[in-house]
Amino acid sequence: MAAKTAAGGNDAGYLLIGPALGVMALALAAPLALLFLYSLTRTTGPVLEGGPTLTHYAEVLGREGYRALFWRSLGISALVTAATVALAYPMAYFVAFHAGRRKFLWLVALTIPFWTSYLLRVFAWKVILGYGGVINSGLMAAGLIAAPLDFLLYNPFAVVVTLTHAWAAFAILPIYVSLEKIDRTLLEAAADLGDSPLRRFLRITLPLSMPGVIGAALLIFIPTTGDYVTPALVGGPEGAMIANIISVQFDRVGNWPLGAAMALSTMAVVAVLAGLFVAAARAATRAAR
Amino acid sequence: MRHRALALYAGAYLAFLYLPVLFLPLFSFNDSHYIAFPLSGFTLRWYQALAADAAMLQALSNSLKVGAVTALLSTLLGLLAAKAVTQYRLRGKGAMLGFIGLPLFIPDIVLGIALLLLIAAMGVPLSLATVVLGHLCLCTPFALAVLIARFEGFDRNLEEASADLGEGPLMTFRRVTFPLMLPGIMASLLLTFIVSFDEFLIAYFLSGTEATLPVFIWSQLRFPARLPVVLALGALILLVSVALVVLAEVLRNRGLPPDKTRIGA
Repeated sequence: MAAKTAAGGNDAGYLLIGPALGVMALALAAPLALLFLYSLTRTTGPVLEGGPTLTHYAEVLGREGYRALFWRSLGISALVTAATVALAYPMAYFVAFHAGRRKFLWLVALTIPFWTSYLLRVFAWKVILGYGGVINSGLMAAGLIAAPLDFLLYNPFAVVVTLTHAWAAFAILPIYVSLEKIDRTLLEAAADLGDSPLRRFLRITLPLSMPGVIGAALLIFIPTTGDYVTPALVGGPEGAMIANIISVQFDRVGNWPLGAAMALSTMAVVAVLAGLFVAAARAATRAAR
Repeated sequence: MRHRALALYAGAYLAFLYLPVLFLPLFSFNDSHYIAFPLSGFTLRWYQALAADAAMLQALSNSLKVGAVTALLSTLLGLLAAKAVTQYRLRGKGAMLGFIGLPLFIPDIVLGIALLLLIAAMGVPLSLATVVLGHLCLCTPFALAVLIARFEGFDRNLEEASADLGEGPLMTFRRVTFPLMLPGIMASLLLTFIVSFDEFLIAYFLSGTEATLPVFIWSQLRFPARLPVVLALGALILLVSVALVVLAEVLRNRGLPPDKTRIGA
């Protein structure tokens, strides 16, 4: 590293990272800036006629239907995040501490289902939970129920189950990595000093693995709040989420500024909640130690 | 005994991950339009129907093109940026890395519509090229993450030794740097290809009349009669993805010391 301290050498570094920054400026920064501009326009046209307006934000925040959709999306995502992380933690713990030499095999096995088409993984749940689907036809064939259960599909529950399955790998991997990094001698020291296994877990393993838990929670909470496919396929009217209504603004109704305001509000709310979550989790970890 | 309970849990968790996915191949061989038990017999007709489906084959070809171009470009961008980040002292490195990694923390729906607005404002017609632009935004952070990890394990003394022994920069790159980086480059190509190949929502907004495979699948999900054919397609995608992922992992971990063996992005 020390070899490249001359100014000329560093210029080459900026030149190397330049193309990536340029593409991101075009494909990320410019579109987001434009999205912001659109959210302030009065008409559905691209020009700022008659100055900027906050009407669309007022509508997003003011209308009961939109507010309910916001809360539902955040609630579903929070549930999904909690369920995914809680289910993945023991799994990651097992791989990190008890899988022995088959660790690599376990990791590959855990990630393979995650690489199959996202669309079809979600669709599989529609097939499983549907009125004439796998669970209902299976239970009926087994003579356990007389008529199909109709509460399995097209509700928020179906969305939570499906997303918990679809995002599992995003929880397992970060948690595994942070567990793997823990210095095993710390655990031995605690054992020698008389700490019980539970106390060791609560005072050493859990706090030290919190970065992985926080990372996993963010990687799941942020994208699932804006998920479109799952609520569209298995949510039904009661399980619809914010992304479904945003996409409608860009499809049929064609109110692009309103859609832009919704998208940016979602992003902002999610960012604030994510920031609060990280701060709270860090504080809790410090308190536990 | 605590370990046995944990191992049992791990087995159950694996079943939870695999069972839903395995219904796709199971029902793709089932001789019925209805996806329900009991199974009605073995058939290959859904696969035959799939092979004869011109629209599907066109969508597949579109996705392969978009995936290949996205993989090449994002890996190239990632390679240059990873070299800059690991081997040079850059001011504002954290901010630059954060900016490139930002797409991971923005819902796809926002990325998709924002790009749609930009493309509409520029008056560019929607095409596979606009899908590639969207996918570059999504894939470059993955390429960068994989390649930075690879560069960090890279022993620069080897390059210096090559130079000391009289090789020019070009030959040093060809005979030392490139071969050492090759597993990382291949892993990045495969990862970004898979991410692009599987991406639905951004392609849905940006693809115009030329559907990618996920956009095509989405259009088919509305027709119950088409479902078994979609399942056959899903089973094939599953098979190929598994082969690619195993290949990517083997490549990425080759040559790294065992404690550096990692998985995922």
